[in-house]
Amino acid sequence: MRDLKLPAVRPSEITAERYFHMRRGLLASGLGLATASLLPAPGRAASAAPNVAPGPAALRYTPNPRYAVTDRSNSYEEITGYNNFYEFGLDKSDPAANAGSLRTRPWSLTIAGEAEVTGTFHLEDILKPHPLEERIYRHRCVEGWSMVIPWVGFPLADLLARFRPNSRAKYVEFTTLLDPRQMPGQQRAVLDWPYVEGLRIDEAMNPLALMVVGVYGRELPNQNGAPLRVHLPWKYGFKSGKSIVRIRFTERQPLTSWPAASPGEYGFYANVNPMVDHPRWSQATERRIGAGLFAPRRPTELFNGYAEQVAGLYRGLDLRRSY
Amino acid sequence: MSHSTDKRYRYIYKPALFLACLVPLAWVVAGVANAMAATNLPVPGLGADPVRRMLGIFGHSALNLLLITLCVSPLRALTGNAQLLRLRRMLGVFACSYALLHFLVYVGPFQGFDGHAIAADLVKRPYITLGFAALLMLLALAVTSTNGWMRRLGRRWQRLHRLIYVVTALGVWHYWWQVKKDIREPLLYAGLAAVLLGWRWWRQRRTTQQRGTTSSSALPTVPERT
Repeated sequence: MRDLKLPAVRPSEITAERYFHMRRGLLASGLGLATASLLPAPGRAASAAPNVAPGPAALRYTPNPRYAVTDRSNSYEEITGYNNFYEFGLDKSDPAANAGSLRTRPWSLTIAGEAEVTGTFHLEDILKPHPLEERIYRHRCVEGWSMVIPWVGFPLADLLARFRPNSRAKYVEFTTLLDPRQMPGQQRAVLDWPYVEGLRIDEAMNPLALMVVGVYGRELPNQNGAPLRVHLPWKYGFKSGKSIVRIRFTERQPLTSWPAASPGEYGFYANVNPMVDHPRWSQATERRIGAGLFAPRRPTELFNGYAEQVAGLYRGLDLRRSY
Repeated sequence: MSHSTDKRYRYIYKPALFLACLVPLAWVVAGVANAMAATNLPVPGLGADPVRRMLGIFGHSALNLLLITLCVSPLRALTGNAQLLRLRRMLGVFACSYALLHFLVYVGPFQGFDGHAIAADLVKRPYITLGFAALLMLLALAVTSTNGWMRRLGRRWQRLHRLIYVVTALGVWHYWWQVKKDIREPLLYAGLAAVLLGWRWWRQRRTTQQRGTTSSSALPTVPERT
């Protein structure tokens, strides 16, 4: 928890959107000058990220100072232009280029399995009772890169509690939309579609688990998993399912997409852990996107630096075997 | 060869090929300039992760040039134009240069000159071991590509330079092994390499068979490197 600011971060420390827009050209290009926010980027600031219309709708939210980091947030362009979302293609720039075909309204969410309240609900009804907050989270990809992202959302636990999971609900499964016409990447069997992720129920109920609907104060762009996604900052990015259409409470551990595709390389837990390497690369360090060409790698922290909040979930678990 | 052919190669074909081989490097240099000096050169950007993009551009260029180098002999056989061989050395040296740039981006921007991490990768990650072995062989071939070394090594030069077959196979393997899920591209490279190497094997076999059946033929005793 080295750089988690408790109990409070001054609002002045968070990048105001107008500065972010001024400097994003420079930052996106990898020049991580601390002074960048003061400098206009000549001739570059005007280039908009593809498919991010001049403005996804602005959201009403309050910043949650408990979840802020001292690291500079990545630019909007980086966050919305560099994505792993195989439903829209395998290259990092594919989702931004192709996600325009996804229709996020109307949208419904099915709640199924071991809960008292199940059924299919309009997205509006799902979202209505939850006040939105901004949390700045570190995001660590299993591939060895990381970002810092100002999400807008609400605690996953608050949502799940509304459906009153019963005592057999030991796990929660998240399923992404399956529609090869809207998600052209699904026309190829790269993974066994639809994408399925899952958590133990106590992991899902941890206050750190966030249901995300926006980024940088605006509605989530499609390529980031609109209209509804989770983010679990202590786990590798692939654990955080995007464009979710179904949440199912189960008694058995769900078979999730990456362990199904490559069981020797990806586990169910996928907690960020510098001591447990991916079979083909080290997880000891990471490269921060946008830090510049010659920025040193950063040491990766256990649970991505969130050990204080989540280490208790894994007491007694051999993290080397349950990776 | 005629005097005019000689001139065409010297003043047109070779310089044109040289410039064409520089295109990937120029792209990266312009992209880095755009990123770091806020210039506005008209090249596709290197994206949010320029380091990974540079690794990709240099690695792909090395593989592409290796395959193009391997195309020269079949093209000569197909067209009967032996002059094509005069372009082969430049292609090979550029392949080596891009492989070296790929390695330097890995050592510097990617690993931050961290000797421990690099050593650990070389020992623990088979695809990096493979890639590094391929680079060392390719460097040996580039160094011995000069006329002086050809003279000095004589017949052994050809045998040494058949290592390019091994280098190509290792290079494709190196690429295949690190892809997370989508093997289409490595599969394409492997297919092309298989065709180019298979053609050589087929030709070699045919030559050997012919020599066996017609002992009085005028085939050269040392088959030319193909």
